[in-house]
Amino acid sequence: MSTAQFVQYLVSGVTQGSIYALIGLGFTMIYAVTRIINFAQGEFVMLGGMLSFTLAHSLGLPLAPALIISILVASLVGAGMYVLAIRPAKNASVVSLIIITIGAAIFIRGLAGVLWGVDAVRPPVFTGSNSISFLGAYIHPQALWIIGTTVVVTIIVHLFLSYTMVGKALKACAINPVASSLVGINPRTMALIAFVLAAAVGGIGGVVMAPLTLTAYNVGIMLGLKGFVAAAIGGFKSPLAAVFGGLLLGIVESFAVAANWGPFTSAYKDAIALIVLMLILLVRSGKLAEEERAG
Amino acid sequence: MRNYLKYAVVLILAVALLALGGISCSSGGGGATPTPKAAYKVGALFATTGGGSNLGKPEEETVNMMVEQINAAGGINGHPLEVIFYNTESSAEKCATLTTRLIEQDNVLAIIGPTTSGESLAIIDTVTTAKVPLVSAAANIGIVTPVSERYWVFKTPQADKEVAAEILRNMQQQDMTKVAIITNTSSFGAGGRSVLKSDAGNYGITIVDDQTFSTGDTSMQSQLTHIKGTDAQAVICWDTDQQAAIVAQDMKTLQMTIPLFCSHGIANQAFIDEAGAAANGVVFPAGKLLIVDVVPASDPQKEVLVQYKADYEAKYGKVVSTFGGHAYDALSMVVMALKDMPEGLDTAAARQAVRDGIEQIKDFAGISGVFTMSPTDHLGMQPGSLAMIEIVDGKWTWLQ
Repeated sequence: MSTAQFVQYLVSGVTQGSIYALIGLGFTMIYAVTRIINFAQGEFVMLGGMLSFTLAHSLGLPLAPALIISILVASLVGAGMYVLAIRPAKNASVVSLIIITIGAAIFIRGLAGVLWGVDAVRPPVFTGSNSISFLGAYIHPQALWIIGTTVVVTIIVHLFLSYTMVGKALKACAINPVASSLVGINPRTMALIAFVLAAAVGGIGGVVMAPLTLTAYNVGIMLGLKGFVAAAIGGFKSPLAAVFGGLLLGIVESFAVAANWGPFTSAYKDAIALIVLMLILLVRSGKLAEEERAG
Repeated sequence: MRNYLKYAVVLILAVALLALGGISCSSGGGGATPTPKAAYKVGALFATTGGGSNLGKPEEETVNMMVEQINAAGGINGHPLEVIFYNTESSAEKCATLTTRLIEQDNVLAIIGPTTSGESLAIIDTVTTAKVPLVSAAANIGIVTPVSERYWVFKTPQADKEVAAEILRNMQQQDMTKVAIITNTSSFGAGGRSVLKSDAGNYGITIVDDQTFSTGDTSMQSQLTHIKGTDAQAVICWDTDQQAAIVAQDMKTLQMTIPLFCSHGIANQAFIDEAGAAANGVVFPAGKLLIVDVVPASDPQKEVLVQYKADYEAKYGKVVSTFGGHAYDALSMVVMALKDMPEGLDTAAARQAVRDGIEQIKDFAGISGVFTMSPTDHLGMQPGSLAMIEIVDGKWTWLQ
């Protein structure tokens, strides 16, 4: 493998990984506060992309307001999902709540299919579509936007959780819901905030990736799955770990294609990614058990 | 409150029963209308929702339009044509149930559709056992082969084999000997991959890289980086519009200069919209419907193509699709067979007559090609039915 090729695989992997990272981030935020794995996370990504297409392409709005409105609407859907579907089932077990999120995902997807039809669409790119040369490899300008957005969002989320009152309350709720409600933190409000933030991060992912990856009413399924894997690699605990998980998944997938060794053609790239996940979970499960005992 | 609910349920059930009765009365009473002859019933199985809906919807619209036209022109030898539509929801299981319903309950003389290969393969045994002719609108060649086991089954769309042959022949003419293929792992992509691998050698072409991707993948850059590292002179991508558009775009991003050939799966406007500037230069084989304006008047299909396109676009106000053409050909064949059928046959004999009639069709210029059926060929598409198309400045042009 030449240097240029190596860099190219890395660039492709990091771009894909950034997308997975943003989705994984959303999974982690909701899980940390509510212990719910939100299977509608991919649908927020889809909504962001489809809305930005409608606003920026079909309605011809300038890019910046179109993107902001798309992200806001996706966040509103997140809030709506919590208020209408999750909160009313307050006494349900976590498993039931997870099943509710699957139902919500199917509902949102179906609605999108009716609203937008089944064809894939491409919202306008932010800044041109001629690739940029970089150490012998090529990168699409939109890919730079994706990577940059992931870095910025990750930093903001980290700062928010560490240095603001609401962020600290969220963290407290994640660490110990009972104790935090004793000191006056309302877990329901925190759950609502977590859903809104996760939907916003999903929406951001959707608007920034769709000009490169295309979007359609049903892209949420596969993206949600990849984001779930990213969050699982990160252990569903810290947002930073989910971002790391996403990047790792993207890079492993890319180099799995590069390996192309013997019978292991690119057909096996998904399998290789899953094997990596299983190895990590195996190593982690020991650690988790220790933590449980300690905690 | 409970009681009201109960009454409401009873009321709804009663209305539903009445409505059902009404339907069966109206279909049963078809013979009592002023038309002196009973209607010829044909079943149509189209996937108007679900994964196949992009294909099934134009098929349903096409058949609806044709039924109106045929009945307005006095029907078939004075018999009105009645097509009974069922939506298979792109599900093979659902399709199998509906097939039985068409045969047992609706007593149809023939069935057109289903839309997708999976659905079509799922009902072959049912129609064969019940002895009902089926004209499928799906691609897989297994639907009509081996022909000894497909006595009752025909199909109208070109199979992967013809499409692959057209691409490989074009490459051979350009003296290409090394090609890389990138295909979806779906049944459509896998079908293309296997036929390319088995037939490339016949055209003196070696496959130097064989890459795949999965449905839902959002980047093919890694696979294309691998292809870029080989000495391939061209890339063949076998998938439908959405992900083929990503392949085209990623090739442009990687600044690959070798040409991209695609399958007929991208024969719709969606591909051009999705791939944008990256669509330019992409070459693919497809039926002549797309490029009807540049088809010479001497072409046997010219007249039917122009007519169908004009009728469809006037009625539905949207661009015609090749998939509707598959349904056009299927219903046309059934209607031709019904025209030649003698009067007064019982259902079983009529079904046999329709089957025999379809098998005897010769030089029928349809939308997807010119068909000549025979006992050994239940697709019957003649060479020259496909055109090689290049996308130039976002428009389809015919490569001659």
